[in-house]
Amino acid sequence: MKTSYTNARIIDPATNHDAIGTLVVSGNLIEGYGADIDTSDVSETIDCGGKILCPGFIDMRAHAVDAASALAGGITTIILQPDQTTTIDTDAVVERIRHRSVDSQIVSVYPMGTATQGMKGRQIAEIGQMQQSGAVGFTDCNHAVADAQVMRRLLEYANHFEALIVQYAENAELGVDAIAHEGEIATRLGLASVPSAAEAMQIDRDARLAELTGARLHFALISSKDGVEAIRAAKARGIRVTCSTAPHYLHLNDNAIEGYRTFAKVRPPLRSEEDRLALIEAVADGTIDTLVSDHSPKSADVKRLPFAQAASGIVGFETMLALSLAPVHAGKISLMTMLRALTTNPAQLLGLPTGTLAAGSFADFVVFDPNKPWRIDADALISSAKNTPFDTLPVQGQVWRTIADGVSVYEKA
Amino acid sequence: MNTHSTDQSSYPRADVDPPSGKLFPHKHLLGIWGLDPTAIKHLLDVADGYVDINRQAVKSAPTCAGLTQINLFFENSTRTLMSFEIAGKRLGLDTISMATGNSSIKKGETMLDTAATLNAMRPDVLVMRHGDSGAVKLLAEKMDCAVINAGDGRSEHPTQALLDALTIRRRKGSIHGQTIVISGDVAHSRVARSNIYLLNAMGARVRVVAPPTLLPADIDRLGVEVFHHMEDGLKGADVVMMLRLQNERMNGAFLPSTREYFHFWGLTREKLKSAKEDVLVMHPGPMNRGVEIASDVADDLDRSAIEEQVEMGVAVRMACIDILTRHLRPEDNA
Repeated sequence: MKTSYTNARIIDPATNHDAIGTLVVSGNLIEGYGADIDTSDVSETIDCGGKILCPGFIDMRAHAVDAASALAGGITTIILQPDQTTTIDTDAVVERIRHRSVDSQIVSVYPMGTATQGMKGRQIAEIGQMQQSGAVGFTDCNHAVADAQVMRRLLEYANHFEALIVQYAENAELGVDAIAHEGEIATRLGLASVPSAAEAMQIDRDARLAELTGARLHFALISSKDGVEAIRAAKARGIRVTCSTAPHYLHLNDNAIEGYRTFAKVRPPLRSEEDRLALIEAVADGTIDTLVSDHSPKSADVKRLPFAQAASGIVGFETMLALSLAPVHAGKISLMTMLRALTTNPAQLLGLPTGTLAAGSFADFVVFDPNKPWRIDADALISSAKNTPFDTLPVQGQVWRTIADGVSVYEKA
Repeated sequence: MNTHSTDQSSYPRADVDPPSGKLFPHKHLLGIWGLDPTAIKHLLDVADGYVDINRQAVKSAPTCAGLTQINLFFENSTRTLMSFEIAGKRLGLDTISMATGNSSIKKGETMLDTAATLNAMRPDVLVMRHGDSGAVKLLAEKMDCAVINAGDGRSEHPTQALLDALTIRRRKGSIHGQTIVISGDVAHSRVARSNIYLLNAMGARVRVVAPPTLLPADIDRLGVEVFHHMEDGLKGADVVMMLRLQNERMNGAFLPSTREYFHFWGLTREKLKSAKEDVLVMHPGPMNRGVEIASDVADDLDRSAIEEQVEMGVAVRMACIDILTRHLRPEDNA
């Protein structure tokens, strides 16, 4: 059975294609796309009304599967972080998650395993066997591997398997107990804080180790101008480092925690306006490779607490597209660059068979209206929790259809 | 018979007057590094003769009767210490073994003071093992008698390399031209280093196979081909020498677990398929079954030479003691 998506602005960042045309899906594969593609034996035609059609988003950092919420956000591939109820630190757990994902046939879930055993930073995790079972990367989540010797051996060992290590970019000693960015606001609120230097220090050290070992290294959630500059310097040296940030760092600064608003409590913390602007620039020039949601559903019970005790994290699936498009609408980042950071770049980093519209690839794609205005409504979110600092925020850009494995799995009412 | 002299200037020194004959012009056996193929071949030839004696009912060949051998072990050992004791006894030496547990070292004496004390007791052979690289050489500088290195730190274990070489030579006819794989914790292994030097000197093609965390920097500069994947490294191999994996390596973050190590680098029948059909499997012992080597491979009578290595060990050590004390027995020094 064939379906065609006509009258679509087809954008494939893998080939820099951006033109109005038709995309034909045959079964669960993309048959092809173009302005004059053969649609003679198509049984269903969907008029996209000039909306953008691009590869389904790949979220490199999610702490929960929350499938319905992901699909509503145009996300067809989720990289599940190892900090689950059962820590993902053995091949058996990896296998179970992969099987469950294949069985569900809706959203693709690829787990990351821990980098060290129990995320304690002392013993290397069983990277080889987890990779054989389907783990696509290895990280200790919000714990930086602090010991330089352990980090060096971890990179050496991972390099043998060409495995991607994802490091949390924060010097552990400087970041101890920190819940806010070091600056005027943290001082006035009386919150323990961490300076941007902590991020840059970790990047500097680990980039050296990546250079020494020849290994690939990805830094999660860059949040500061210092961090961006450290990444830029490492890339200029030819070191195999990449990094990501999340839309909330492009959208908010530490003003958001005024009044001890715990819904804006994230790790690393929201930083200054100068940092926010530097991050936008870094996405625009490719210093930051990927955008992630860091989707982390937390019930109100663990958020409505004194700031220090409240859980960190926000739900990010359903707001990812609209928030990412804000700097595009402002003319700061090109649409192609932004979509590349959401699709092709993470696919290539993780070696996934998605993130492209090339003929023969899996029919995982999203159709969205880049200009549709709407207001974020926390209560209307599908996600399993409503912890977002963006409630009532007017935004532009909305998902219209999400197609996973050839099947239309989300349609905007 | 014992020609010890208190006059140091008249004592034959290695650099002036090689005491052990032209074929082995060295006073001590501190390592394989620096030995030429002639010296190695001579040691192996003499050891070959002792293999036959060791297989007789009466194994005593008391050519060294009256000489004194001290085994000084600063590091735990069972098989090497026993092997040296048996070797000395079969040659007729009076052998005394000392482990650090009951020595003055524990009372705060420095190693060099211990050396001076032992030297004053006038031994003819001192066999020493120490946990620090270079310690045996340092002690040897203070001793008048021949010193045999029974393993120092990560540096050398020459008699192990010699017994491995003898095993290979007897099984394969020659060392020259053989493709020999050394697999395991090369970074911390003195056995690997001595073997690399010896096998290279004798014209073998030497490979090392290990995860990158267990290989020291620039190991390729020592004349070995480096592999990280077991199957690649074993391709076409004539001999595979497995090294013991110390459990401490897990805590040091060198490796995730023994389970994962066995999965990727443990020697199994399956992985051995890429080696030659008649591949010889060796291990210096003690083995960790199910960690670096599968039991069925270790126990494979056709391929495993692990017990034979132990047998060769006694013969090689007899040869070393014999050769290094020949200058004390002029009538034997043909």
